Amino acid sequence: MDDTIQYELKKNLTQKVAFGAVTLFSVAIVGILVVILSFIIIKGVGVINWEFLSTAPTDGMTKGGIFPAIVGTFYLILGSALFAFPVGIMSGIYMNEYAPKGFVLRFIRTMTNNLSGIPSIVFGLFGMAFFVKQLNFGTSIVAGSLTLGLLCLPLIIRTTEEALKAIPDSYREGSRALGATKLQTLFRVILPMGMPNIVTGLILSVGRVSGETAPILFTCAAFFLPQLPTGIFDQVMALPYHLYVIATSGGDLEAQRPIAYGTALVLIILVLLINLLATVVRRYFAKKLK
Amino acid sequence: MNMIEVENINFYYGDFHALKNISMEIEHHSVVAFIGPSGCGKSTLLRLFNRMNDLIPNIRLEGKICIDGQDIYKKGMAVDSLRKNVGMVFQRPNPFPKTIFENVAYGLRVNGVRNEKFIAQRVEESLRDAALWSEVKDKLKKSAFELSGGQQQRLCIARALAVQPTVLLMDEPASALDPISTSKIEELIHELKPHYTIVIVTHNMQQAARVSDKTAFFYLGEMVEFSDTKKMFLNPEKVQTQNYITGRFG
Repeated sequence: MDDTIQYELKKNLTQKVAFGAVTLFSVAIVGILVVILSFIIIKGVGVINWEFLSTAPTDGMTKGGIFPAIVGTFYLILGSALFAFPVGIMSGIYMNEYAPKGFVLRFIRTMTNNLSGIPSIVFGLFGMAFFVKQLNFGTSIVAGSLTLGLLCLPLIIRTTEEALKAIPDSYREGSRALGATKLQTLFRVILPMGMPNIVTGLILSVGRVSGETAPILFTCAAFFLPQLPTGIFDQVMALPYHLYVIATSGGDLEAQRPIAYGTALVLIILVLLINLLATVVRRYFAKKLK
Repeated sequence: MNMIEVENINFYYGDFHALKNISMEIEHHSVVAFIGPSGCGKSTLLRLFNRMNDLIPNIRLEGKICIDGQDIYKKGMAVDSLRKNVGMVFQRPNPFPKTIFENVAYGLRVNGVRNEKFIAQRVEESLRDAALWSEVKDKLKKSAFELSGGQQQRLCIARALAVQPTVLLMDEPASALDPISTSKIEELIHELKPHYTIVIVTHNMQQAARVSDKTAFFYLGEMVEFSDTKKMFLNPEKVQTQNYITGRFG
């Protein structure tokens, strides 16, 4: 009798310890995020105003704003999306809907996973060797966008494949049984159903692209450009690289520091907005399906 | 001529011999029930009639299946148009995440029908034929997911009827439904019988007895007995059939 009571007590205690540990770590994660965010916000919010967002850096980057870097980041997002979205989505579709199950599919999947494991600086080096030199694009928006596109391809392929895999075969059968071809089934039933998850993957990949520094380091990023790019073969400034530059080099690091925090804050807000957009779009599509 | 003629077929999933030496004839405008324990091959045979098994890798068919006088496994057979002619209703209702109207219109649209007036007319006729019209006529633009399970299944029947098939295959169409919805589906089968040839797979012996003219009993890939439903249930020829329908195994 005593034994059972003791056993029950021990069980309860273990339960409480486990629950406490799990809670503690979850709170810690949220805490870390809050600390980082508030640090950046407190340090950076003072420099952010309309002028900061709408003018170019001046006085050896110790004054002025970050407008060219914001524009540059948008160009790079757009460019990488134009390349990576169609290629990634089509690969994902091929892998889930068309590729015969077996060696080839496993091979492609392994390769995709390996691709996502390559450090981003290696992508940068490849981009410089291949897009900048070999294809002679020069240090340009095209070269940077393609490099960034390569970087986020695995994420897009993976989320597309998972999104399609989650759709039960009964929908494919239902459509085929009515005389629809495979392609009709794909476009009229399967893709619309997978859209919420696919679009979420796309938007998250944009978030990834907007924050990367290493891939654009040798392929497109400019240290300082007084004017906006006029074509796709021009260099651009970009937020993450600009942050790196003003935090590590330049005439007066102390004077540049507030601008660095301001840039960091803008970058974080941009990424958070993109993630928020992902949630909204997901909800919108999910609602449309109901 | 019979609607469906199966001539001495053998069917394999990889090495597994799923159907053994099966021959049968199904008459125009009759209802045939396939019964038998799980894994006996009844659904496999049903899915051979609209070539749904084509979607599975590593399959092999020997023998010949003719529907409406046409060898459906001959080279160059237009499988998509076969499926238009041989409709199918699945075990679980699988309406598309579209409106009620678009669900029924789907088969017409994918088969190239553009005339909206004709589509609207076919949608109404099909919903009426599936005994669903009065329940959904005011909410055609609503999502099909808002319907109950039984209504969804009748919607799937309407969807199959919209492309004007001659044969309707039903794979345990009521097994996921409550008794009232089930009886509605059974009534519907009676009403559809004069216009369609219906093959229904069922686990429910009473259902087979209620809805079908003829019944085929399958066991371990073989067709043990195929005869008039009345005879099958009152006076089966084979002991195995007798044991199965009286619930001694299965």
